[in-house]
Order: sequence, then C-alpha cells, then structure tokens
Amino acid sequence: MKALDISGLRKTYKGGTQALKGIDLEVEEGDFFALLGPNGAGKSTTIGVISSLVNKSSGDVKVFGHSIDQELVEAKSCIGLVPQEFNFNQFETLLQIVVNQAGYYGVPRPLAKERAEKYLKQLDLWEKRNEPARELSGGMKRRLMIARALMHEPKMLILDEPTAGVDIEIRRSMWTFLKEINKQGITIILTTHYLEEAEMLCRNIAIIDKGIIVENTSMKTLLSKLNKETFVLDLPIQSQPPALKEFEYRNIDDHTLEVDVNKDVGLNDVFRQLTDQGVTVLSMRNKANRLEELFVRMVESGRQQAGEA
Amino acid sequence: MASRNLTALRTIWIKECTRFLRIWVQTLVPPAITMSLYFIIFGSLIGKRIGEMGGFSYMEFIVPGLIMMSVITNSYANVSSSFFSAKFQRNVEELLVAPVPNWIIVLGFVGGGVARAILIGIIVTCVSLLFVDIQIYNLGIIIITLLLTSSLFATAGLINAVYAKTFDDISMVPTFVLTPLTYLGGVFYSLTLLPEFWQWVSKINPIVYMVNGFRYGFLGVSDVNYLVSIGLLVVFNVVLFTVAYQLINRGVGIRS
Ligand SMILES: Nc1ncnc2c1ncn2[C@@H]1O[C@H](COP(=O)(O)OP(=O)(O)OP(=O)(O)O)[C@@H](O)[C@H]1O
Ligand SMILES: [Mg+2]
Repeated sequence: MKALDISGLRKTYKGGTQALKGIDLEVEEGDFFALLGPNGAGKSTTIGVISSLVNKSSGDVKVFGHSIDQELVEAKSCIGLVPQEFNFNQFETLLQIVVNQAGYYGVPRPLAKERAEKYLKQLDLWEKRNEPARELSGGMKRRLMIARALMHEPKMLILDEPTAGVDIEIRRSMWTFLKEINKQGITIILTTHYLEEAEMLCRNIAIIDKGIIVENTSMKTLLSKLNKETFVLDLPIQSQPPALKEFEYRNIDDHTLEVDVNKDVGLNDVFRQLTDQGVTVLSMRNKANRLEELFVRMVESGRQQAGEA
Repeated sequence: MASRNLTALRTIWIKECTRFLRIWVQTLVPPAITMSLYFIIFGSLIGKRIGEMGGFSYMEFIVPGLIMMSVITNSYANVSSSFFSAKFQRNVEELLVAPVPNWIIVLGFVGGGVARAILIGIIVTCVSLLFVDIQIYNLGIIIITLLLTSSLFATAGLINAVYAKTFDDISMVPTFVLTPLTYLGGVFYSLTLLPEFWQWVSKINPIVYMVNGFRYGFLGVSDVNYLVSIGLLVVFNVVLFTVAYQLINRGVGIRS
C-alpha cells in the first residue's frame, strides 16, 4: 500500500511563482521518508497541497489510496500535520488546543481527554497543560504541534522542519520519539535542513529544488554515492608542509592537512607516508557535512540538467 | 459521519464560547456599560421631556431597540474578530486540515456569535429592568427575531473577516455601515414621526425590520408587519449563509 502517491503535481501561486513544476513522489506505508531541499524549494508547498492548506494547480495526490479530489474526508483523516510555523491559538491552553483538534476530527471529548494526557505526557508537556501556549518555549511549541497532530491517531505523520530551533538534547529525544512511533507503524514524512537528521532517521529520501525532484532514492544508495571522503588531520606545527603521493591533499595551514581518500583505497598509505616524513598525526576527523557537499552537488547537477533541457 | 460532524460542530462552538468568555471584560462588560448610559441619558434624563412614543413611555419604547442594537453589534463583532484572528494567527489551519465540512465551520462560528448575542441580550435586558418594567407581548416573536438577527449579523461578520486583510478592515463595516443603519433604524424614534419621503427611505434599511419586529414582540406595536420582518430575516440569512459557505469553500483568504 502506498501511503502517499503524488503525480504531476504543479502549483503556481497567485503572484505567479511556480512553486511546484510537476512533482512525482511515492512513499510506502510504514516508511520514514525525508524531503530535502534548500529554502524556497517547494517543500512546504508540497506538504500544503497534501494537507489541504494549499490548492493545487494540477496533478493528483492520493493518501492511502484516497484521492484528495474525490475522497477528501478519508484522505484528511489519515494525515497528521506538524506545520513549519506555529499555528495554534497562542491564548488557548495546551489542553484546549489538543482536545479541540481531536474534536475537529470527530473524536468524542472524553476519549480526546484520555489521548491528550497520553500524548502530552509522552512529549513531556503534561505539566504545562493548563498554561496558554504563548508561554511555552520554542522547543515546547514544536512538541505541542506534534502532540496535536497525533490526537486523531493518523496513519501518516507529516512534519515540516520539526526540529528547527530545537536544542540538541530535545532534538535527540524527538528523534527517539519519532523512531518509536514509526516502529509502531505510523508512516513519517519529514522535511529538514539537517542532513544528519535525515541520515539518522530516514530510509528513503527525495531531494527537491526549485519545484523539481532532483533525486529520489533510498538513504543507503545516496550514501553509497559518496565514494570519496575528505579527512582533516591535525598535526604539530610543521616548518615544512608534508607532501603525499597519489593523494589529493591540501595544506590548510602549518598544522592542518586535508586529504581526499577514495573509499576503496583506505587510509593506511596516508599514515605510512606521513610516518616516513616524521610527521605525527595528533588527531583526525571526517570533514564535517560530507552529506551536505553531496547535497549541493545533487542540487547543482539538477540545475545544470534543467538548464540544458 | 453525522456524529463526527456533530462533534466537530460542538467543538468549534465550545471553542468560540470559551473565547468570548475568556475575554469577558472586552466582550460582555462594554455593552452593559454603553446600554446603561443610553438608558440613563435617553430614557431617564431626556426621555421624560420627550413624552410618549407609539403609545408607550419613551423608555419602554427604546428598550427593545437598544437590546437589538447590542445584539447586532456583538454578533457581528464576535465572529469578525474571532475568525479574523484565527486567520491572522493561522489557527484556522487546524480546521482546514481536519475533515470538517465547510458548512460546519460556518455554522460553528455563527453559533458562537449567536451565543454571545443572546448572553448580551440577557445582560442588557437585566440592566434595563433597573430602569423600567418590561412587558412581553409575544415571547415567541422575541426569540425568533433575536436568533435570526444574531445569526444574520454573525454570518455577515464572518464574510467581513474572510475579506479582511488587516484589523482595520474589520472595523470599517461596523463604523461606516452598521452604526449609521442602526441609528437610522428606528431604535430611537417611530418612523411615523418622519416625513413621508424619509419613511419610505427608511424602509430600505433592513435594520428597521429587525428593530420593529423585536419591538413588536415586547410591545405589540410596530411600524412594519412583523411577518415581513421575519420573512426578510429568513431570506437574508439564507443568502448570507450561502455566500459565507461559498467563500470558505473556495478558500478565499484562507487557502493559497
Ligand atoms: N502563500 C504564498 N504565496 C505566494 N508564493 C508563495 C507562497 N508560499 C510559498 N511561496 C513561494 O513558493 C516557493 C516555494 O516555497 P515553499 O514554502 O514551498 O519552500 P520550502 O521548500 O518550504 O522552503 P523553506 O525551506 O524555506 O521552508 C517560494 O518561491 C515561495 O516564495
Ligand atoms: Mg518550508
């Protein structure tokens, strides 16, 4: 069963902005799916169309087989949405917000109250239940929106940058929570700018740029495209910069060396050559955000293809 | 299906009522104060000099009109500000993502406006009891006129909020349309006092029918036939509800 099946989706906003230029996307039931892309790529627009906040210009969207044109009620009932921006009434209490949301989905009030306790507790907000939402911190507000989205127990949870502005500790606990509910069978789609987050959580990934899907594949396949890695070596201060044969390298300053290593070559030779030159390696790390480089490459090659076409 | 819609409707209605009760100082107190002032100034102080109007003391004559005036203002204000701020804070999205039919959304918000109007109606009536003994000619007509008028203006407030882009936009209609029409709507005088031409012009003003219909329920006198009043109210309600429903359906101002 496909949790989400999008074909030929286009959206042109009133001002004339072409936010989506014909998108095809499939997400299997039970998947943990990442939608990645730079600012303005069309991620929120895509999510907006799926969740009825944005009118599409053309194309088809099916949620668990229900078309949003013909079976909107069924489609809506399957989706829980955590939007990018806070959109609850700041003056209502947490309890009011989540219980009302359940009510809109037809969940009777007594059951809604039970669920409110369950989800507010799971998201560590139960203590605050009678406070107005405006008194929450940014991270709490994000969690409140997750609790709200779960109140009707949807089959699919869509999160638009759920961890933006959330500290590392809470981000990790949110990851654990999302993994947990995914394990229980809820399909999850999230957008993020943190590639680490996508790598940690998601099995499949689509990269979108300027309203076009430039890559749609499994996380594994994507990572395997990284056949070259860059390492940063910290050295004691060198009077003469070390040199390496058969490697691409850069002496960044008098105590830092960067080396590009193909996956099938390995690092031993780098160390052997340095040892021969009497250079001690104090420490070594992966150059940060290798995924980010890949991401930029993908987006750029997508843009080139679009330019050629 | 039906029970889900009913739950959704109840939820919106409760949310709307909670909202105006939470800010009661802004929503319930001002009409009580304004109307007390009207009663004191027009009823007690000036009213004594005016003498009789339509066969009743001036105070008795204006009470139904003043209640109607606060019902109109408050039902309109409730929905226009509530829906506009739901749009502004974007919490209207909570409704848009849920499987709530659009007519339920309209009905829920309008129901909230009606609830506030009824509560205000009761408050103002109680205040007026301090100044005059109210008689009731026909309670049924009073209730029907009250419900139809408040739902009509609540719906109008919703339409206003759909089009409004700023907070100023929701005070334009009350200031430039509602207030003049209400003051010229026979709250303070009987139309028979006007020259024939102006009587005729007044009868284009829909509020004349509401005020007079309502007054008929209390006093049994009216410048127009109360059945015409109720008929017009029903027609206006149907028309405005359809317009509001269509606007929400098309997502005007709420869905890009
Ligand atoms: N309501 C709107 N009216 C007009 N144009 C819009 C609207 N919302 C988005 N856009 C435009 O559509 C394009 C895609 O925006 P969208 O919000 O989908 O991007 P995004 O991928 O979510 O970006 P971000 O990562 O910054 O959230 C942008 O060019 C944006 O300016
Ligand atoms: Mg976005």
